[in-house]
Amino acid sequence: MLARTANNLYWLARYVERAEYLARILDATLRLSALPLAYVGASNEWETAVATAGCANSFFAAHAEANEQTVTEFLAFSTSNPSSIRNCFESARLNARAVRTALTIEMWDAINGIWLDLKRWGNGVSSREEFARFLRWVLESSVRFDGSAYRTMLRNDAYWFYRLGVYIERADNTARLVDVKYHLLLPADEHVGGPLDYFQWSAILRSVSALTAYHWVYRENVKPWLVADLLILKDEMPRSLANCYDNLVQNLDRMARAYGRQGSAQRQAHTVRARLENSRIEEIFQNGLHEFIGGFIEDNNRLGAAVAQQYLT
Amino acid sequence: MGVVQRGLEQRVRAINAYLNDIYHRREILKAGIVPEDLVFQNPAFRPEMNGQKVPHDIYVRVAGIDVVRVDADSFYVLEDNARTPSGVSYMLENREIMLRLFPELFSRYRIAPVENHPDELLQTLKSAAPATVSADPTVVLLTPGVHNSAHYEHSFLADKLGVELVEGRDLIARDQVVYMRTTEGLKRVDVIYRRIDDDFLDPLIFQSYSALGVPGLMSAYQAGNVTLANAVGTGAADDKAVYSYMPAIVKFYLGEEPLLKNVQTWRCRESAHLSYVLDHIGELVVKEVHGSGGYGMLIGPKADKATIEAFRAKLKSNPKNFVAQPTLSLSTCPTHVEEGIAPRHVDLRPFVLCGRDRIRIVPGGLTRVALTKGSLVVNSSQGGGTKDTWVLDR
Repeated sequence: MLARTANNLYWLARYVERAEYLARILDATLRLSALPLAYVGASNEWETAVATAGCANSFFAAHAEANEQTVTEFLAFSTSNPSSIRNCFESARLNARAVRTALTIEMWDAINGIWLDLKRWGNGVSSREEFARFLRWVLESSVRFDGSAYRTMLRNDAYWFYRLGVYIERADNTARLVDVKYHLLLPADEHVGGPLDYFQWSAILRSVSALTAYHWVYRENVKPWLVADLLILKDEMPRSLANCYDNLVQNLDRMARAYGRQGSAQRQAHTVRARLENSRIEEIFQNGLHEFIGGFIEDNNRLGAAVAQQYLT
Repeated sequence: MGVVQRGLEQRVRAINAYLNDIYHRREILKAGIVPEDLVFQNPAFRPEMNGQKVPHDIYVRVAGIDVVRVDADSFYVLEDNARTPSGVSYMLENREIMLRLFPELFSRYRIAPVENHPDELLQTLKSAAPATVSADPTVVLLTPGVHNSAHYEHSFLADKLGVELVEGRDLIARDQVVYMRTTEGLKRVDVIYRRIDDDFLDPLIFQSYSALGVPGLMSAYQAGNVTLANAVGTGAADDKAVYSYMPAIVKFYLGEEPLLKNVQTWRCRESAHLSYVLDHIGELVVKEVHGSGGYGMLIGPKADKATIEAFRAKLKSNPKNFVAQPTLSLSTCPTHVEEGIAPRHVDLRPFVLCGRDRIRIVPGGLTRVALTKGSLVVNSSQGGGTKDTWVLDR
């Protein structure tokens, strides 16, 4: 297939995935900010949200203060923030339009429908209730789009490139979430910050829609080291780094078989997956969670670059 | 459709013969049938094509010939489109929609199918591959990109043809061979069905500021390593001044009487014609020689005095740039409009495909309809619509 087509599919997937992630962050932040101060302490949730979205620099270049109004505007509706939900959907549709023939009708209808619905939301919302509806719409839209791809696309290289986009973006998102909250995720033998942090941990789980999953996996109340374990190492957890890399390796291997050759992208993905498979959460804490995640984000970017170099140009 | 079909085939064979002639031996100029300046001063004439061999001497692989009917059995050719005629997706989609909306009509009449057009087109394009290509040739469709108004048609067609839809940046010319950039590396391209104009094909040869084209494409083309369909320079055969010579062109190359009539055309470049046009401007349609899309024309009977005077001045200052034709009473077709069902004027663009072996025309075409009451301008850029076109099998 054309390298440009693969590139468009890959970015189409990344943008939709990113929009969903932003909606989850905003949703979790809304909940935290609605709690009485006694439960969450005096930290600024909105500032954390911006950091978790990975756009603190561009945000503070445009706004002096992070509060509900400025952050929701910036992350959800801004036209000047290239990574706002609005712009993610806009970019996703542009990519989709450029490769319309590579999409199934269902996928095109989904992404074009999202784009048409986007206009309905105008330039923002006037109440929390409306904002909550907006976030729900984003989640549903992303699920609808991804579902249409899953259920209708031929299982060939087009699908694999689409999937690479999903999982590279998702791995990056989960890693950033852990990175921003790493000071809350403490090992078992350290003093736990008491009830204040409990709601922070559940907010993290909620950001990756894993609150219920947590209880199914661990059958315990929420403990920070287990949250880290779930997000990083549990391959049955669909947003964990381990799961993302299982999928990346699978899709890249299929590509290598179909094309009859492999390259640096395959090697990079296998290396990262092996590291995740061989890690235990205790060791990760011992060597520094922050350092581990920082290294992972770099590795993940390296994989993105390898994929681009090997296939997309 | 019988006589129309034979007439279309004849016309397109003549157009190809004419193009081959003006880029090679120029017999028709020596015979004094077409004036030299009409060829050499024509902005669509490409000196790069002088002496250039094209596969099977076929320049126009895909033609759209605009036909109108003025009474029960008189068909006239209104215009030849020999560059990158568009609209075939409407022909196919209109049929699909009609089949969905009016299935009972299709069971009551025997309507010849058009859905095989993409297959015929692919056959035609493959047959145009350079002779050196032994295996199954690789065909691509070259589009200017998503910002082009016909991009939907390009992607629709690429999909139906099962070929890659490429932009200039997807192609690369190396050592006079054209490749496309794929996820598996460079892949050689044999036939380019290009839907971009000559000017934008290759920035090294034509418009150097264009980002749409492929540097080095012309060199690969001239070396015969890739086929462009349609060939470069086909526009020299389809402007409105050349049109007026088309009956003579048909006779000259084929020794046959034209089966499809030409609309009587006054060439304002000739002084006798010019004075006739100036005297009768109120009854005539005056068109720019290189105009398209229904722009830059005057419909005398529908224009007010001021417009006519303005056009008269333009005519006098540059008569070569204009031709004039009588205002035809185009046939009408019952059309669903706001006030109900009403007659609206239509024209028909059948698509003619020239393969190595034969000429193919699916029984149908793009019917364009002027939706404004009384209007004769059917162009979609001016509010025209389209209709499904039925050829009944007997």
